[in-house]
Amino acid sequence: MTEVVERSRVRADAPGERRQVRVRAPGEPRRVAYLYLAPAFLFYLLFAFGPLVYTTWLSFFDWDGLTVGEWVGIENYRKVLEDPDIRASFVHSFELIFFYAVLPVVLGLALASVITHGRVRGVTFFRAVLFLPQTVATVVVAIAWVWIYAPDGPLNKALDAVGLSGISRGWLGDFNFALPALGLVGTWVMFGLCLVLFLAGIQKIPYSLYEAARVDGAGRLREFFAVTLPGLRGELAVALTLTTIMALRTFDLIYVSTNGGPGTSTTVPSVLVYQNAFVNGRVGLAAAVAVVLTALIFVVAFAITRLVDRDPSR
Amino acid sequence: MTAVRREQLLSYAVLGVFAVIALYPVLSIVLLAMHKRSDLVTGFAIPDSLNFGTFKDAWELGGFDRGLLNSFIVAASVSVVTAVLSTLAGYAFGAMRFRGSDALFYLLLLGLIFPYEATVIPLYYVFRDVGLTDTYWALILPQIGLSVPFGTFWMRAFFRTSPGSLVEASRLDGASSFVTLWRVLLPQAWPAITTMIVLVFMWTWNEFLLALVMIQSDELRTAPLGLALFANANRSQDPTLTAAAAVLVALPVVIVYVFLQRSFIRGMFAGAVKE
Repeated sequence: MTEVVERSRVRADAPGERRQVRVRAPGEPRRVAYLYLAPAFLFYLLFAFGPLVYTTWLSFFDWDGLTVGEWVGIENYRKVLEDPDIRASFVHSFELIFFYAVLPVVLGLALASVITHGRVRGVTFFRAVLFLPQTVATVVVAIAWVWIYAPDGPLNKALDAVGLSGISRGWLGDFNFALPALGLVGTWVMFGLCLVLFLAGIQKIPYSLYEAARVDGAGRLREFFAVTLPGLRGELAVALTLTTIMALRTFDLIYVSTNGGPGTSTTVPSVLVYQNAFVNGRVGLAAAVAVVLTALIFVVAFAITRLVDRDPSR
Repeated sequence: MTAVRREQLLSYAVLGVFAVIALYPVLSIVLLAMHKRSDLVTGFAIPDSLNFGTFKDAWELGGFDRGLLNSFIVAASVSVVTAVLSTLAGYAFGAMRFRGSDALFYLLLLGLIFPYEATVIPLYYVFRDVGLTDTYWALILPQIGLSVPFGTFWMRAFFRTSPGSLVEASRLDGASSFVTLWRVLLPQAWPAITTMIVLVFMWTWNEFLLALVMIQSDELRTAPLGLALFANANRSQDPTLTAAAAVLVALPVVIVYVFLQRSFIRGMFAGAVKE
């Protein structure tokens, strides 16, 4: 992942800077460096990395948070695998990946190519507007969408107005529709981010490549798959990693809007972590869910990086 | 109409539609908040008159003065301390060579992707044992810990692209590494540092899970936490009041965004994996 981000950084800088970074002598070895690192690492190890390790340790205990815990080995992980509700929560997470990552990336790609071909003025304005959802606190986002999806909210009124009152309903109270409805909120938050990322990327694709494609008689679609898409590999990787991680992490939105309901139809792992650790007093189990979730995030981030790095065209 | 012109119009149309989609949910709660409760709003409605009374009610009922102040104290402390620590660490990673730099850097980078869910359980129980839950410290310390990876990553990128010749010249003049940082590099680093502060401030301002777990007393609630509790208590009776409260909580960051949107967007991608 480092490399992915790094690469898009380097490309984002002015031409020539990459060379400068390579050529420059890194300086002689300096022990004083550790002194500069110490304060940052102190905080990081004490309040971030240390607790992560501690969470893993706790996941091997049966502990209610008050009395003395009991070592149970991998029992909690067995529960994570076998408990239908916990398994379902991970399935919900994967469904959310479709809405948080796949849809926004596809939408972002489509919009980005429309904008590039259309020679639109005011790109800065549109970019700023489309990016806005990223800056609004998730609690506020949840409140806005709870209103939109409410039984007498704007969505149902709009459906009534176009004669589709047959399908209107309390979207977040519906066992089948609550999860996709929340997923679409994720799409809303993420698509502008993907678009902005792709727009920046397209600008860096040499125009000569497009000209060459045109000379070869490539149509719009060919051009997109032969020039634009390969040119956006780095940005695609960043967008997919970022959005997938956000999908797996989702907590605020669900806690505020449905709290996992109706039933357990929108329960995701992070909600289970919260409920078990701080409401139900099953701290060990909560820790096991947290560890599996974190491992999943690491695997996804690593896999996407590998997928991109393997490509020989770059 | 030429093909080029047609394509341009199509682009505007498509962009316009999506701009409306991006704006509408935000706008809908602003409009909702402008109504009086007695209007019994349903669906899409534009208020007859600009009405700011609901904001005043929400402000007074929800105690948002306290919540906004708490959020500001926490977000300001976290972003400033993160900036100092990250500048120092980024300087070491970006401009110095030392044994284990790669390993240390990768260790730190893990912090870009693991979520609070992975750390909040022991943080809560350890802080409870030492009496730190329900204090500002419980919000500030963990958020510094998890912001430092992004900050360091961000500053390292800056120090790597700043010309090495300046550092060399300064060193040949006999300046210590700190004087080099302070006199030579920092004056150019301010734009990078400011962007980092703004981003960390926004993330901290919007953070919810940590406050939900750590804070019990009303006086210490952050704005998003206060909002969530307020919404739970009031949503069914009075959606306009909840909407007004939501606008109050979102407003500070949105205002900052409107003024700084260029560097905002740039910064977001530099730290692309955090958020």
